[in-house]
Amino acid sequence: MDALDLARWQFGITTVYHFLFVPLTISLTFIVAGFQTAWFRTGNDKYLKATRFYGELMLINFAMGVVTGIVQEFQFGMNWSDYSRYVGDIFGAPLAIEGLLAFFLESTFLGLWIFGWDKLSKKLHLATIWIVAVGTAISAYIILAANAWMQQPVGSTINQAAGRAELKDFPAVLTNPTVLFAFPHVIAGAFMTGGAFVLAVAVWRLVKRPDEDHAPFRTAAKVGAVALLVGGLFVVASGDQLGKHIGVDQPMKLAAAENLRTTQTGAPFSVVTLWGPDGKQIFSLEIPDVLSILATNNPNGTVQGIDNLQAQYVAQYGAGDYTPVVPVTFWSFRLMIGAGTLAAFAALWFLWRMRRGRAPGRGAIAIAVLLPFLPLAANSFAWIFTEMGRQPWIVYGQQLTSQGVSPSVGTLEVLITVVGFTVLYGGLAVIEMGLLLKKIKGEVPGTAAAAGADSDDKPMTFAY
Amino acid sequence: MLHDIWFLLIAVLWIGYFVLEGFDFGLGILLPFLGRNDKERRVLINAIGPVWDGNEVWVLVAGGATFAAFPHWYATLFSGFYLALFLILVALIIRGVAFEYRSKRDNPTWRLAWDWAIFIGSAVPALLWGVAFGNIVGGVPIDANKEFTGNLLTLLNPYGLLAGVVTFSLFVTHGAAYIALKTEGDIRARANRVFLGAGLVAAVAAVVFLGWTQASSFIPGSAAVSVLAALALVGALGANLLKREGWAFIGSAATIGLAVVALFLHLYPNVMPSSTNPAFSLTVSNASSTDLTLQIMTVVAVVFTPIVLLYQGWTYWIFRKRVSAARIPDGAN
Ligand code: HDD
Ligand code: HEM
Ligand code: HEM
Repeated sequence: MDALDLARWQFGITTVYHFLFVPLTISLTFIVAGFQTAWFRTGNDKYLKATRFYGELMLINFAMGVVTGIVQEFQFGMNWSDYSRYVGDIFGAPLAIEGLLAFFLESTFLGLWIFGWDKLSKKLHLATIWIVAVGTAISAYIILAANAWMQQPVGSTINQAAGRAELKDFPAVLTNPTVLFAFPHVIAGAFMTGGAFVLAVAVWRLVKRPDEDHAPFRTAAKVGAVALLVGGLFVVASGDQLGKHIGVDQPMKLAAAENLRTTQTGAPFSVVTLWGPDGKQIFSLEIPDVLSILATNNPNGTVQGIDNLQAQYVAQYGAGDYTPVVPVTFWSFRLMIGAGTLAAFAALWFLWRMRRGRAPGRGAIAIAVLLPFLPLAANSFAWIFTEMGRQPWIVYGQQLTSQGVSPSVGTLEVLITVVGFTVLYGGLAVIEMGLLLKKIKGEVPGTAAAAGADSDDKPMTFAY
Repeated sequence: MLHDIWFLLIAVLWIGYFVLEGFDFGLGILLPFLGRNDKERRVLINAIGPVWDGNEVWVLVAGGATFAAFPHWYATLFSGFYLALFLILVALIIRGVAFEYRSKRDNPTWRLAWDWAIFIGSAVPALLWGVAFGNIVGGVPIDANKEFTGNLLTLLNPYGLLAGVVTFSLFVTHGAAYIALKTEGDIRARANRVFLGAGLVAAVAAVVFLGWTQASSFIPGSAAVSVLAALALVGALGANLLKREGWAFIGSAATIGLAVVALFLHLYPNVMPSSTNPAFSLTVSNASSTDLTLQIMTVVAVVFTPIVLLYQGWTYWIFRKRVSAARIPDGAN
């Protein structure tokens, strides 16, 4: 493996890892803010318990999201310096603006929320968690806009002499069609993740803690299931739009997702395709016309195929291989959809089982334990699909991934950091899972201190 | 013109980072020594608990802004100082996790391990940011393609290492000033003693470093600000002797801020001088983005930086009370 391959592995590992925490953070801050709002409105203790309990889980997750994000901010410069030189004029601005608008907001107001239970009025304290939640959404939008520019480089021109892309229209970069389609999809996917987590934990408590007050967890189970289900509906609707969009904007990605070799009208949708170790296709199960319907809303619509696109790109960009690794795109796309759809059905199942005050029952535990991993997997496969499907481009149609890597960084150096980050991240994963499990099984945090004003001799509500 | 403004704004971001995160680092370094038992260490950590994360964002914005305004600076610096930056990142990761996780288990070994993680996670960046800045100002081998041609050992030269000692000792001083200001009782008294010792070390190291910088090439404006930085530190030490903790803290903050100003003035108009050939140096003009990008970024920065300062300032006001061991709940987490 050379420095380029290692740098690619490094980006893939650290980014997918970051994105294990991101969707949970986004959705959990909103859900916790919702619980706290319900408590503020009704004064009902069950909402406060839900706020404190899930708030604590959210914080454990948030910490990991923050520290893994720091690596993201700097690794463009570290591993992808020629990419950074090429795109800085356009790509740097959203990154800086994300920090200024979103990260300051999230981190400052999260500090206020954690330590402010007895220092702020109830109303102001409630506002802090909402500000954090809005901050996570702003952050998601801006970074997705940056990523969208790599998928679809709008609002810019190429300056050959300076060897870089230059900004021409910033509003166009911020309203890139790709981000307009991707943002609702990613947020809906995030709510599936958080919903599954909240639901699963609640079911576990309801079954395993028969003697405790069930009210907070019955409510949480319902909220989680609804978030998972509604998120699922939005994910499908927005995913369909996104698919149609890439059919136009990145036809090669769509063709690779479907293993469509030749351009066809009435293109079939392949449910399963298997490849041998030599990369030769062995088996494929196809439904006629469905791909054309999905991509163009018309059973006779034309969908471009891999071989035709490859020939077209060679004519356009010169000799080279412009085809992504088809088995990877094909399967990651299906796993995204499959895992997500399965999770949404699980939500229906739980809602039905727990209808009108029924207990979920012991048999529900196994499903509850597996449930959160489904949307998490869907998110990871989705990014692998989106990014691998763009290959060999790092900036679609403009810069190849192999042209973006840092020339001054040696193979050994990248190897050290790949191994270093992987070992560190592996260790942190064990620690954070351990903590989450401990808190999920442990007592619901005290709620007494949340009421009443501060005084000099009263113990602090929160202490590290 | 615009790229000069951005040079200034990047300096402002680094000042914000070093002044604010400086005392977080200092406190983290002092944690195992000033906090003699679990409760005292909790007092210390709680003194920065609500604010450390917000302080850290200053470096993220500094990084992002460098990427946006000076892509070549961002690219050369972070790919060039690769392993040093990796060590800083690892340190920042374990420090951040340590703050959040240390009290999530009621187990002394667990807590002790995280306390040392906080120490290492604070000490490594406190030292290495200085080494990095020393090398930026002192110049490193950069070729005609704007690529760094050295390795990790290139950075570990006497001038760079001295810069590391300066930041390390200044941050310890600054952290002690913050602790003295934010705690009560024994810890406060100990912090005041540490301040004096660390401050003297920092004063010697800083004077040698800033003198060396001016001796290598004399820049009047930078020299004048260096003198001001030294005076601020002397003032801080005097305030400490007079038991004026607020003034001592302002003094150490001013020292750090002025030292960054002195370095940036010394750097200008370069952003990364090349020791291979001055013609290869990265400058504010050959490393910068287009005017359109700089214009947009300027508008955003001018509108939002004051807002950030306002709400961060408000946070410090909300948590203005001293933290004392008496108010740390027993066995809480
Ligand atoms: C769709 C959402 C999304 C995506 C695709 C990414 N992030 Fe992220 N990031 C977040 C959503 C988010 C967040 C929800 O805002 C986080 C998660 C936990 C947190 O504290 O904020 C965060 C944290 C976070 C932090 C720490 C902020 C802090 O200290 O408060 C940094 C520096 C980054 N991210 C940078 C990046 C970069 C450079 C990415 C691209 C490769 C990236 N993130 C992908
Ligand atoms: C926003 C700026 C981004 C840049 C500059 C970027 C760039 C890159 C690069 C250079 C690679 C390596 C090339 C390759 O391995 O194929 C890559 C791969 C990858 N990226 Fe992105 N990416 C960005 C955003 C994201 C985001 C936000 C995610 C998801 C959270 C993501 C997920 C992935 C994944 C899963 C891979 C793995 C593919 C692989 O290992 O090859 N990327 N990206
Ligand atoms: C019927 C279901 C789904 C369809 C049709 C669908 C469709 C798509 C398509 C076409 C893309 C590629 C977009 C691109 O390359 O720009 C994509 C990306 C993505 N999907 Fe899905 N998806 C579905 C389900 C899910 C689920 C269940 C999740 C997560 C829980 C999810 C999360 C994501 C994410 C995070 C991305 C990357 C975002 C981006 O492209 O910017 N998707 N999806």
